[in-house]
Amino acid sequence: MTDQSLPSHAAPALSASSLNKTFTVRGNGLGKPARHVHAVSDFSFDLPTGSTLGIVGESGCGKSTTARLLMHLVEPDSGQIRLSGEPVGTAKRDLKQFRRKVQMVFQDSSASLNPRLTIEQSITFAPMVHGVSAKEARETAWRLLDRVGLDPARFAGRYPHELSGGQRQRVNIARALALNPKVVIFDEAVSALDKSVEAQVLNLLNELKAEFGLSYIFISHDLNVVRYISDHVLVMYLGQVVEQGPVEQIYAAPRHPYTRALLASMPSADPDQRTMAAPISGDPPSPIDLPPGCRFAPRCAFAEGICNTMPYELRHGDARVRCHISDPQSGHSKAEAAQ
Amino acid sequence: MTVSEITLPTTQPTRSQGYWSNVWHKLLRDRVSVACMIVLALIILSAIFAPLLTSYDPAVGSVVQRLKPPFTEGYILGTDELGRDMLTRLLYGGRMSLIMGILPVLLALVIGGTLGTVAGFVGGWTNTIIMRATDVVFAFPSILLAVAIAGALGSGLLNALIALTVVLIPPMVRVTESATTQVRSLDFVEAARASGAGGLTIIRVHILGNILAPVVVYATSLLSVAIIMSAGLSFIGLGAKPPTPEWGLMLNTLRSAIYSQPLIAALPGVFIFAVSLSFNLLSDGLRSAMDMS
Repeated sequence: MTDQSLPSHAAPALSASSLNKTFTVRGNGLGKPARHVHAVSDFSFDLPTGSTLGIVGESGCGKSTTARLLMHLVEPDSGQIRLSGEPVGTAKRDLKQFRRKVQMVFQDSSASLNPRLTIEQSITFAPMVHGVSAKEARETAWRLLDRVGLDPARFAGRYPHELSGGQRQRVNIARALALNPKVVIFDEAVSALDKSVEAQVLNLLNELKAEFGLSYIFISHDLNVVRYISDHVLVMYLGQVVEQGPVEQIYAAPRHPYTRALLASMPSADPDQRTMAAPISGDPPSPIDLPPGCRFAPRCAFAEGICNTMPYELRHGDARVRCHISDPQSGHSKAEAAQ
Repeated sequence: MTVSEITLPTTQPTRSQGYWSNVWHKLLRDRVSVACMIVLALIILSAIFAPLLTSYDPAVGSVVQRLKPPFTEGYILGTDELGRDMLTRLLYGGRMSLIMGILPVLLALVIGGTLGTVAGFVGGWTNTIIMRATDVVFAFPSILLAVAIAGALGSGLLNALIALTVVLIPPMVRVTESATTQVRSLDFVEAARASGAGGLTIIRVHILGNILAPVVVYATSLLSVAIIMSAGLSFIGLGAKPPTPEWGLMLNTLRSAIYSQPLIAALPGVFIFAVSLSFNLLSDGLRSAMDMS
């Protein structure tokens, strides 16, 4: 990704290497065996300080599990997460410190606010957990409410159900910023908002990023939104990263067949660019019974023998495209043509 | 932070009506609930202030005044089989019957509520152990279990209290557990965990407030069950002892008079019925008042 373009001493704000998470569905002890859901496999990335990493993919591809892994809300089976180059320990105290630095905004703006607490109480909760005095927490809350565009005098004492979806999401953003974090993860944070509100919130996010020196991880299924806000994009399919790179490169010259299909499915306002045929059909295979070869092979237009038998392993330092076509030595018939 | 400084205004901000005052106002608009609250308030207050309302001794009767019908000179509700004033005994009896109805529910609420919250919040093996143990107790019909426990411990008010509490704990655990499990999976609990809060803080700030509504509604409906069961225990001789005035016990001792003075014999039953029905309807009213959607 951008490892080369950055001076070597600048550690990424957040990075992960080879994260794996498998959920076990318990058997019933009567012959029905336990099954394993491969939610996230071999997941690695770097988030350079001050940049935004977009994560895209279909529903159920492991985007939200990834967010929860990065937040340490779910513990990975293997792999490591580093914050500013420092490995994150699993001891209680280390986690508490980690959580000051990494915060999250959820998709469902109403489920992510406690209906019994006022807006002010919701925002001051986290700082007070970390020992900030009530008065100071309240001042921060008021400042942040004002900054996200809600008049504190009108909104601080209200309950979440009295606010609109857009207003609630602004409150959630203020809450995430209350701990003064370094990294904020947005899990489909604008997906439930209507388009005009979405645009306002996205602009707000860009302003806040510069103002507070934040780095973002932006998870969405909306390719237009990701293109607008991200510096780098990471495409996920069935728990794996299939392609990652700078946003212009991914959108202008996608290399993985899945990325191409995904981009071709993007609705366009230009009548000459209308999508005529469905670029991709069917559903992803179950993450319980994975295909033996490439996970995308059953739906891929370019799949042939090798794709169905051998998964493509990412090697360090390559272009980060998980496809045999990208590798001239793979033996895939279209491998050369794609280069 | 580079955000422009704002000074907190000296006046309070617009504060919305709190949840509980909202519930209270909704409850006051429901006529049935208001009627139930009036009935309960009357019975509870008259039980508390019984000595001020009547000059008779509930334990002392007059042999010549046995089984007088209601509205006899000096005895508004008549007298019982030992010539004691019925009204006096009903008022004093309310003390024991109400305590025996309310106290076990409160105890079950505290014990069962704690177990249920822990089971629901912690999950995993803790949940399995608490819930399966609950199921074992729950498998027995409640009134039979209460009789069995009170019988094994020996008759007496304290033992009846223990028996009723044990019987009421399992349903309380179940209701709290399912409410907690539901709330725990919501994003705001996840967000609280993500901000580094400990389990107890999350339970106190985020869980309790949100499970209170279903739990309080259920506890209110249990009050009527507990009053009927405690009256039942006294009726079969496992609760209060004569001459203590207690509605269930009074029903029993007045059995012999059911042909000569059916009205008198039915009076304690009327009080049990009124209190139990009122608690039941009030819990219905609470349920709809607490529904925020």
